[in-house]
Amino acid sequence: MEAEGKDLPLETMALQMGPSHPATHGTIKFNLKLEGEKVLDCDVEVGYLHRGFQKSCEQATWTQVVPYTDRLNYASPLINNFAYVMAVEKLIGIEPPVRCQFIRVIMSELSRIFDHLTCCGMAASELGAITAGFYMIEARELVMRLTETVTGARLTVTYGRIGGVKHDLPYQFAEQVQEVFRKIRSILNDCDRLLARNRIFIDRMSNVGVISRENALSYSLTGPILRSTGVDYDVRKAQPYLLYDQMDFAVPLGSRGDNYDRFVCRVQEIEQSMRIVEQALKKLPPGSIAIEDPRFILPQKEKVYNSIEGLMHHFKIIMEGIKVPPGETYFAVEGANGELGFYVVSDGSGKPYTLRVRPPCFIAMAAFAEMIRGYMIPDIVTTFGMINMIGGECDR
Amino acid sequence: MADESINSQYLRGKLGPDIVEFSSERGQDTMTILRDNLVATVLFLRKDPQVQLDFLTDITAVDYLGRKEPRFEVVYHFYSLPTKFRLRVKVPVPEANPVVDSLTALWKAANWLEREVWDMYGIRFTGHPDLRRILLYEQFQGHPLRKDYPVNQCQPLVSLREVEGTFVDQRSETKLVRLQHQTRRKS
Repeated sequence: MEAEGKDLPLETMALQMGPSHPATHGTIKFNLKLEGEKVLDCDVEVGYLHRGFQKSCEQATWTQVVPYTDRLNYASPLINNFAYVMAVEKLIGIEPPVRCQFIRVIMSELSRIFDHLTCCGMAASELGAITAGFYMIEARELVMRLTETVTGARLTVTYGRIGGVKHDLPYQFAEQVQEVFRKIRSILNDCDRLLARNRIFIDRMSNVGVISRENALSYSLTGPILRSTGVDYDVRKAQPYLLYDQMDFAVPLGSRGDNYDRFVCRVQEIEQSMRIVEQALKKLPPGSIAIEDPRFILPQKEKVYNSIEGLMHHFKIIMEGIKVPPGETYFAVEGANGELGFYVVSDGSGKPYTLRVRPPCFIAMAAFAEMIRGYMIPDIVTTFGMINMIGGECDR
Repeated sequence: MADESINSQYLRGKLGPDIVEFSSERGQDTMTILRDNLVATVLFLRKDPQVQLDFLTDITAVDYLGRKEPRFEVVYHFYSLPTKFRLRVKVPVPEANPVVDSLTALWKAANWLEREVWDMYGIRFTGHPDLRRILLYEQFQGHPLRKDYPVNQCQPLVSLREVEGTFVDQRSETKLVRLQHQTRRKS
């Protein structure tokens, strides 16, 4: 055995993993420094999906930005939509009707379920637990169909409007949701039995990618990664927006800050999100879904074609864009991966002067080197999967 | 200024001369300070028991070309986990000497965020350990989020370059030759 050991190379090896690697979903490159299979250091290269989001937004009118926000975190586009429109609404100083706020809560939580199912399902299948992976993808498909019945699209939803939402919930939506949640609960129950006490899964996830509480705070991590270290920070609880202060839900916390805790946090958040949706559907009041202010909301087509005022309002919004008073604001929501913030600066014209996104996965990727240092190459797959980096948001 | 929070009065009292401007618009406190005082002020905000701004949410910049003097403003968003207080700190930076002190020693998150500001706005951070471009490539000319960078500007593709640290295994090539040689000898 000793003779064999002498032949192993002891010098460090540089290895580039990515930008297109089958085990990492997302275009990203790791410049690794290895000793055998142990990762000594990791330099993360991002930006392969950079498409000038902010520069494009500065050329578009306020309403035209909404489709761009779909492409940020494409696993939970509705949350991005609502975060952006709520930032602009705060700048204008308007508040949408109560029914619209309930719809936003429902759709945000459905989006969060979708995102967590994607993340957990992918993480499981990357570890070889293909069955659990496909079960979760099946559950995800159910949520996606719900999204499709409401918004008309699967990923590029563009459902948020400044001052409201695009249209109302479809007929018998609550019953559909109930049926879908019944199925998701049963699927998650199966996945739980497949994974929670699975020796291989626990060995690969537990005590891997550990980050301490102090480091997590220093790296400004948010979302399930921060909560897996035991820090109770959820924007929905800390600074409630929409109607989250009326909802009864818990914030699942971990304790060790490893991949397994992150996984468990996400799975438990799915259940909490389902609870929020059920409560919101029960309380959902009748009423309008958008404010009735022709300065911000496009008029009905009948009015556009049959009255001069309607035509003028339509023309103004399409040609000049809505007018947002000068000023600046920062608005944060709890995205699926952490605090998603929009810092919006307006100069009073029809276009955003500056529109900065605080991308949760970009900030989480900054901490990746800290998480992976000292672990093995296969641990990169699980750690990266549990950060749930979404290229569209990380690179913007 | 009617909805001025307790914290804003407190900070005015404590930091009086260092604050260039303080506003509480739309329920959000914004403090403008001189860039020479940045690190000292931020350190105070972090340590002070009343505000305890221990969480660096975001760093970005705004280019006010032709609208404001000095041209740039670096914008920091702080949050306090214990007191749930949010504060925006702005640091004006002139175009002639776009340099700010780095906060990497205080928050590790500042590393990538400052790299992004350098990449996009060309503002340098003194004391930053590794101020490279982050979203764009090294050969990129200019800083795209400056207002005078044309939106439709094209840059030529960079030619392929030798990448440092690429692992080329010469043994596999010699092995291939040897195998071909062996098979030829057998047949």
